[in-house]
Amino acid sequence: MSATGTSAPAGGRGVTGGLLRDVIAAWRQQKGAALLALAIFAFLTLFLILPVAQVVYVAFLDANTGAFTLVNFLDFFRTPLFRESFYNSFYVSFMSVVVATIISLPLAYFTSRFNFAGATLIQTLGVLPLIMPPFVGAVAMQMIFGANGSINLLLDEYFGFTIPFMEGLNGVILVQSIHYFPFILINLSASLNTIDRSLEEAAQNLGAHGMRLFRRIVFPLAMPGYVAGAALVFLKVFDDLGTPLLLNVNTMLAPQAYLRISSIGISDPMGYVISVMLVVFSLLSLWVAHLATRGRDYASVQKGGGGLLRRDLRPWERAGAYGLILLILLVVLSPHIGLLLMSFGTIWSFSVLPDGFTLAHYKEVFTTAMPYITNTLLYAGLAALFDVMLATAIAYIVQRTRLPGRHVLDYIGTAAVAVPGVVLAIGYLRTYHDFVLPGVDKPLATWWVIIVVALTIRRLPYALRACSAALQQISVTLEEAAQNLGAGRFETVRRIVVPLMAGGIAAGFVTAFATAAVELSATIMLVSSEADAPLAYGIYVYMQTAAGRGPGAALGVLAVIIVGVATWLSHRFVERQRTQAALDERMAAQGV
Amino acid sequence: MLARTFMAAIMASAVALLPVSIAKAAEIENKLVVVTSFPKDLTGVFKRAFEAKYPGTKVDMLKKKTTAGVKYIQETASNNTSDIFWASAPDAFEVLKGDGLLAQYQVQAKGIPEKIGAFPLNDPDGYYKGFAASGYGIMWNTRYLKAKKLPEPKEWEDLAKPVYFGHVGMSAPSRSGTTHLTVETVLQGLGWEKGWALWKAIGGNLKTVTERSFGVPSGVNSGEFGIGIVIDFFGFSSKATGYPVEFRYPSTTALVPANIAIVKNAPHPKAAAAFIEFVLSPEGQKLLLDPKIQRLPVRPELYDGPAKHLPNPFKGEIAASVAFDVKKSKARYNLVNSLFDVMITYRLDDLRAATKAIHEAAAALASKPNAEAQKLLDEARALVAAVPIDEAKSLDPAFASIFKKKRKKKTDKVTGRQAEVEQQWDAMVKANYEKARALAEKAKAMAQ
Repeated sequence: MSATGTSAPAGGRGVTGGLLRDVIAAWRQQKGAALLALAIFAFLTLFLILPVAQVVYVAFLDANTGAFTLVNFLDFFRTPLFRESFYNSFYVSFMSVVVATIISLPLAYFTSRFNFAGATLIQTLGVLPLIMPPFVGAVAMQMIFGANGSINLLLDEYFGFTIPFMEGLNGVILVQSIHYFPFILINLSASLNTIDRSLEEAAQNLGAHGMRLFRRIVFPLAMPGYVAGAALVFLKVFDDLGTPLLLNVNTMLAPQAYLRISSIGISDPMGYVISVMLVVFSLLSLWVAHLATRGRDYASVQKGGGGLLRRDLRPWERAGAYGLILLILLVVLSPHIGLLLMSFGTIWSFSVLPDGFTLAHYKEVFTTAMPYITNTLLYAGLAALFDVMLATAIAYIVQRTRLPGRHVLDYIGTAAVAVPGVVLAIGYLRTYHDFVLPGVDKPLATWWVIIVVALTIRRLPYALRACSAALQQISVTLEEAAQNLGAGRFETVRRIVVPLMAGGIAAGFVTAFATAAVELSATIMLVSSEADAPLAYGIYVYMQTAAGRGPGAALGVLAVIIVGVATWLSHRFVERQRTQAALDERMAAQGV
Repeated sequence: MLARTFMAAIMASAVALLPVSIAKAAEIENKLVVVTSFPKDLTGVFKRAFEAKYPGTKVDMLKKKTTAGVKYIQETASNNTSDIFWASAPDAFEVLKGDGLLAQYQVQAKGIPEKIGAFPLNDPDGYYKGFAASGYGIMWNTRYLKAKKLPEPKEWEDLAKPVYFGHVGMSAPSRSGTTHLTVETVLQGLGWEKGWALWKAIGGNLKTVTERSFGVPSGVNSGEFGIGIVIDFFGFSSKATGYPVEFRYPSTTALVPANIAIVKNAPHPKAAAAFIEFVLSPEGQKLLLDPKIQRLPVRPELYDGPAKHLPNPFKGEIAASVAFDVKKSKARYNLVNSLFDVMITYRLDDLRAATKAIHEAAAALASKPNAEAQKLLDEARALVAAVPIDEAKSLDPAFASIFKKKRKKKTDKVTGRQAEVEQQWDAMVKANYEKARALAEKAKAMAQ
């Protein structure tokens, strides 16, 4: 690891007296960045802090008198059920990071280390588990892994035993790891691909090979990406309620909050207390992740031709690697195989496979689904685009400027991961329903753009982690060089920083897009007209009836295909950039 | 052109004096926004038929689950854009009515009785109307029962039998308005103590408590669990779709109406009125018989004609033995939800462990009777069945208000916090289940 020194921002400093002076000084030096930071702060305040505060303030109210109190938080810690839930959430999140790491390490390593036919395909398929369409994904999972799912029915018939894949906390860990490991895979791959090859060569020259090379050089250099991915898995699992609800595990924090917030006509403040606890704990774990990479410098100077040296595999190695990867993909993609079967199946009940196959569900879906598809592309695409723009800006402000309080942006943006979708949506309705937009002529809360804003806010943490990790790997000396050569700050960002961050930005875009495309909890509250509804909402509508399971699954398959294609295209884009850069470099080296 | 409409026809026959002005009154707005929890199979049929009848009007069906629908109408009330709220659970309508968010409407259509079974069909204050009836019952997967060699269940009590351990699924009353009605019906039918004892005995046999009411038929259809406690049309429509399932009404059941209401300050009031009239007309009621809908119409004459295959609720063909007391149900609505969650949903594992031990001890005692062990077993059963509060307390308005939280006025005083009460209940319930398990294990050991 090279020590370039200057890039690490100074840590804690005097807050009180020096602050004003700092602000003025910072303003003079970095007017543009400061304005940008203020604009982002205003956006986050308007669409995250204010709406959420509108909803969760009841956590701080005495329900009897309406006065400010912390007694609700005391109740939280006094209740054994909540303590148990807290412990369970922590345990499940930690174990999910471990299992997800075991799944994603080989996938990331083999595809970025060796010359592999179809590496792009594998990395694309590896993203698919993130796209678990609501409701249908859950049913598909049950049909495959459930107590009476295909695997257990087969096991029971031939071996006379069954495996409780989907029972209790271990079931949650399994499903969460399968669902969220792509966070690690994507971010780790992005990191591996930007490692300075000369460092690896130097290590090899000094005699490091195989595992030692990986353990001492490669993995440490890829740390920012790994930590970003692992932190996301941890946060997401900690705050996720879909899977616990699917497995009917209620003794975890997120489902406890959700169940209490969303029951009819009741306003139990404990639901909001738990939401506040989720936000606080998420920030805490983010801070721990920050500590893990602080004080080290991951930046390397050489870019472009970077990435690990790829070598060819010997035939038997190749067979082994393919075998391992196929096995992993088979396991993590089995819910999608179940989804595919459901979408073509007639009746599938207590049997290994559906009773028969039909195209009727797709026919039904294609007559109704086009608006859903275009809406989804529009919403998820815009949201992911805003996300990477915001994330790049925040990452730059945090790591490259000395604006006081700049870390606040990072923390606020990431805290969004802990805000339950239903809380954000209620907050929007409460804050913006009376605000009629001039020119649009309807309340902001019922305009389709509010759905895009909600998705942007909810998926910002993903993009933020990816972009921060990417920037961490770029040496500030490159920018200094550009500025010495006369480039302005904006010019430097545009011509140097953003291109070098391309891998990380693409990773952020893909995760934000993929997950936004199947988001339901906030959109279901915010959709105010059928014409504005996205795919996830269409799936929800179908999955309300016995007859709708097939068409719902067909819509789910469409969602997976859309996201799969988008992912593949962005991988292609990044890959082409890399090859182009490598070509440029070679030509430059040859003095052409 | 719109003079031909059904509503105009009714009104014209009633007031034959001024047909011209009536024709104008029947002209409706070109848009209608319906917030509904009903599935596409139901809303689509009504949307198409209504739009065919009123070609100038476009219906926007906003599908939200009941809880989200209620929240949506509450949060958007200041600038309301919805015309109609259309859902099953009467209590959701009660909540909206209590918040002053519904408009009164006098139905023009004739020939609909006041009561269905013992339940009043319409809101006595005229805010919402019943348009279809539903009863609760037991649904099962025939393949599942055959594979696991289980008998068909007939009554709620059957679901508590040891043979069904781990095979039953239901939703929680706090999650699903329809499940709430089922729970409350049994509590009223059997009485508070016996009712809860039965729910806990069934609770001990549960494979799962699903997060939404459709999770139950979905699980039975998949074969995830074999038996579910569901509302009738879930059973009927699953069967009509082709799933290997059956449905039966037990004798302790109540028939309750599914409802429709106009939202206060509706932007399209005339279209809203026309829609309600359409749903209640013979023509609209017949649409309920669509194989994918299968709800019980509220026009008795249909049961002699197209609805012959369905049980006639107006002739007592569904043994709705419980006279459902709406006031009682409303008074302790949130309290019952909370009690169910604390005792069953959140402590399912503990409850199951205790129930399993009790089943095993009972089996051991059946083959080798032992008076002393029997006493321990009875004690264990009593511990599981124990409820933290009695019926009088559940109906005490001061106590129930702890679970309501919404103070109407600043001066309203409530003592105690829900979290505090739940915590006490939880401690008691957990200790009881643990002790019951220990006693039952001891009884089993003695019998062996």
